[in-house]
Amino acid sequence: MSDALTIEGLVKQFGGLTATDHLFLSVTKGEVHAVIGPNGAGKTTLIGQLTGEITPDAGTIRFAGRDVTGLAVHRRSMLGLARSFQITNVLADFTARANVALAVQAHQGHSFRFWRKAATDPRLIGPAEEHLATVGLADRADVTASSLSHGEQRQLELAMALATRPAMLLLDEPMAGMGPEDSARMVEILKRLKGDLTILLVEHDMDAVFALADRITVLVYGRAIATGAPEQIRNDPDVRAAYLGEETGDA
Amino acid sequence: MQMIRIGFIALVMLALAVVPVVATAIDEPFYVSLFTRMLVLAIAASSLNLVLGYGGMVSFGHAAYLGLGSYVVGIGFYHAANDGMEWALNGWLHLALAIIIPGLVALLIGAISLRTRGVYFIMITLAFSQMLYYFFIGLERYGGDDGLSLWYLSDFGSVMDMNDDSQLYYLAYGLLVLVLFVLYRLVNSHFGMVVRGAKSNERRLMAVGFPTYRYRLVAFGISGAICGIAGFLMANQSEFVSTSEMHWVHSGDLIVMVVLGGMGTLFGPVLGAVGFLMLEQYLPELMEGVCHIIGGDRCGIAGEYWKMVFGPLLILIVLFARGGIDGLLQGKVGRNV
Repeated sequence: MSDALTIEGLVKQFGGLTATDHLFLSVTKGEVHAVIGPNGAGKTTLIGQLTGEITPDAGTIRFAGRDVTGLAVHRRSMLGLARSFQITNVLADFTARANVALAVQAHQGHSFRFWRKAATDPRLIGPAEEHLATVGLADRADVTASSLSHGEQRQLELAMALATRPAMLLLDEPMAGMGPEDSARMVEILKRLKGDLTILLVEHDMDAVFALADRITVLVYGRAIATGAPEQIRNDPDVRAAYLGEETGDA
Repeated sequence: MQMIRIGFIALVMLALAVVPVVATAIDEPFYVSLFTRMLVLAIAASSLNLVLGYGGMVSFGHAAYLGLGSYVVGIGFYHAANDGMEWALNGWLHLALAIIIPGLVALLIGAISLRTRGVYFIMITLAFSQMLYYFFIGLERYGGDDGLSLWYLSDFGSVMDMNDDSQLYYLAYGLLVLVLFVLYRLVNSHFGMVVRGAKSNERRLMAVGFPTYRYRLVAFGISGAICGIAGFLMANQSEFVSTSEMHWVHSGDLIVMVVLGGMGTLFGPVLGAVGFLMLEQYLPELMEGVCHIIGGDRCGIAGEYWKMVFGPLLILIVLFARGGIDGLLQGKVGRNV
């Protein structure tokens, strides 16, 4: 199996703090690769560098066989790298349907179309409604995003990422702030996507991570201290010492 | 509430359509020029609304595009009058250049300004417009500080006569309707969705793959081009072109009209422009009248202090009427703070 994403020698420093410290990581095509680690391990900084919002100090990021290290955010999206945000980040005053339609539109060539109404364009609305159905929001399409519940906004977030028809999803804590019920629903949705998509999952919810991940990388102080199958990680003494010990003590 | 809103807007547009007829009937030609100004500023405010209301770009320099549009007419007149270049009075040429030149200048200014955000964007658009203001003051040839009186207006041959106030009025009315229709299509198009989306959440838009900068820039250029139309009309209406129209205070007035009428709504800026000029015109008389009623002395100068009422009134509308006049019509009364 080939790699969808390869990270080599990635370094990012903020002043004296090293958020990413010579990180090597590869994500195989089609796998769900979870990145876990205690707070401040550099997980969100890593996502930022993968999407292009943060420029790394050194190292390379290869996606789909191409060096994307210096590529702008929107260009990476065009190559098929989609993300969801840790803090819900949708167009608050647009309806759920319009949110997803805009994401669909982004990948239908340029948008210098000045005349035709977007809201009734079947080429946008059709796919948008499909993606809403995928994440279980079909009956909430006409609701303004800001009126959706937190869990629903997270689902919408995912629908927008899917609407860009990505080869790979970068999910930054998709279960953040969710109750157990919403979390379980999100796990179900992601399970259905598994296989079609390569997924890099950053998540604190260990139940979700172990339910979904094919492989897990443990990040501590910006370094990958271990990578392996969930069972391997669960039993790794270093990982237990650094991180898992207190989290899964009752699991 | 929606019915009240639509009804009110229809009533305003209808009333505007018959102004010259009524003004002639009651023999008050002054109204035609007052209402022409309203239409002209409604076009300018609508152009600003595209970037301010729909795009979230607070341009504090739109007077520059208004001024550029009017200088197209002024400079054309100058060469026709002084160098015998008859063709330089051609109205179609004036109108075309009054769209193209401000549009291109807006693209240029936008290309630099849109690399900044927030207060910096406001300041840099202000700075550019003041640069143009001083540039035209320095252009002694075209009147400099004193401006240019136009003995000849834009020449549309036998199609229209700009010296006829009614004809000019209906040209302005027709152009306003056209501008509103174009804006309506624009803000609901694929392009419009990107511009509005970038206002709502630009980071998200980039993440789904939009190079937002170029869409915002094109919107800025279109806005400048439409504002130029207003400048073209303004020169023909006042038969005078001067740098004072480019002064930053007028950029501020345009922002006030948009906010007063309702940002990000199609007819808001029209209501704002009408409301603004109505208050400017009648608030002084009203204050004088009130002064007489309450038996004050020296009522003759009471009207001079109309801005003392106008200012607080604007603040109240901004604070308490979400969405300006258009918002009030929709029943959106609520604190903005």
